[in-house]
Amino acid sequence: MKKRVVITGMGVVAPNAVGVTNFSRAIKEGKSGIRFFQELADLKFSCQIGGKPEISEELLSEYFTKLQLRGLKASGIKYGVIAGVDAWKDAGLPISEDAAPDYESGIIFGTGILGVDKFREAIHLIDEGKTRRLGSTSVIQTMASGISAYLGGILGCGNQVTTNSSACSTGTEALILGAERIQQGKAKRMLVGSCGDHGPYVWGGFDAMRILPSKFNDNPENASRPMSANATGFVPGSGAGALLLEDYETAKARGAKIYAEVLGGAINSGGQRLEGSMTAANNEAVQRCIKSAIEEAKIYSKEIDTVNGHLTATTRDAVEIENWTEALQRQGKDFPYINSLKGMTGHCLSASGSIELVASVLQLKEQFIFGNVNCEEIHPEIKELISEEKVVRKTTPAELNILAKASFGFGDVNAVVILKRFSE
Amino acid sequence: MTEKELIETIKKIVKPYVQREEGFKEFSKETEFIKDLEINSANLVDVILDVEDEFDIEIDNDSMEGMRSVGDAIEIVKKK
Repeated sequence: MKKRVVITGMGVVAPNAVGVTNFSRAIKEGKSGIRFFQELADLKFSCQIGGKPEISEELLSEYFTKLQLRGLKASGIKYGVIAGVDAWKDAGLPISEDAAPDYESGIIFGTGILGVDKFREAIHLIDEGKTRRLGSTSVIQTMASGISAYLGGILGCGNQVTTNSSACSTGTEALILGAERIQQGKAKRMLVGSCGDHGPYVWGGFDAMRILPSKFNDNPENASRPMSANATGFVPGSGAGALLLEDYETAKARGAKIYAEVLGGAINSGGQRLEGSMTAANNEAVQRCIKSAIEEAKIYSKEIDTVNGHLTATTRDAVEIENWTEALQRQGKDFPYINSLKGMTGHCLSASGSIELVASVLQLKEQFIFGNVNCEEIHPEIKELISEEKVVRKTTPAELNILAKASFGFGDVNAVVILKRFSE
Repeated sequence: MTEKELIETIKKIVKPYVQREEGFKEFSKETEFIKDLEINSANLVDVILDVEDEFDIEIDNDSMEGMRSVGDAIEIVKKK
């Protein structure tokens, strides 16, 4: 018999808010985190806007020692540690200084690429023949698993401590992997999440692919337009989200507050076959992933009250909606509510799944649906598939029981998870 | 620079890396970086870079290996 998995803590560092309370308010208000960056203009980027969390030195000093902050340039590690430690504390778990690690607690914290600014510094030093000047933290800030390594040491976790990486599905994948580990009885608690660095060296490649909007440099807050008729590309973002997953019996025994239950999820790939490619999804695989998640969660598709989509604000949004209608066998007025956080945060790439999961869980816990921003006019192809009122434009209270969250990534990879409002 | 000044300068350099305050309170020529101050062995590399910057010298790998105590560091600095 599989163990039940619940969410008992959360942390978030998003472009539009830092900390769960601030983030909850921000997503209800439709607050944008997209700003113009002179640095990107100076570097002649077409898209000179992006989403970057605002973190003060003072806040950083609450999470890192002075020694850790010396030469710390990996923005993803900064975001991930703040979110991860917040989730741990939010769950009411102590940070023990004991000699023994907590063998019942593990970490799966993903990223796409880590420590880019640190790596850049290293490249310059190496090319100048000054390799010996790199210092001691070049490796730990740039290895992909740097984020799980930092968190593992701060929290003293003794179960599996690792980093997953599956492009923009990383965060949702991390949650599913962590939940499975608890379901199987291999851990009592798993801190899951994902993070992503900000800046030109992460975003440049996407700018070169011309899939970012270039006409909104004077008007950043209106640039990210998921599901809208005039969506022209995704706005790059960064940050981190973290969720503390816990075996239900363990959580109950210690009287932990419970945000929501993880019913089950599915991860697959379209193999870059049919319409799938390195950068596009195989629709059959997407639909299969949604259906597998529903099966895994032991629910019926008609029970899903709301969907938090991947929906990046490209012309592919309509294709995603079509996949949902096919997989759920629901359309028009019968379709669940659907929203995308990316209108406010941009597409936070490897961090997107976990930041959006935090938003999803908040919707279940606080019983509301946040409004889609920048979607005054819905894309005509989407209107043909689902009723307009299902694309909620204004935050509204709602009775929500079951939510489906999906993330898709380059490499034709998919991750879908089903969450439930908690009840005994 | 007198020996006393050298000790003070090195004390200032290692301060951020010290993990054992008792050892730091009794900072002297005999103090060993890893044993007495519990400086993480990986951070010794950073201490050496900071010493190089402070005295505008270069410490090669062989000298670095012999640098266990404050006294060793002073000898290396003096030699350069």
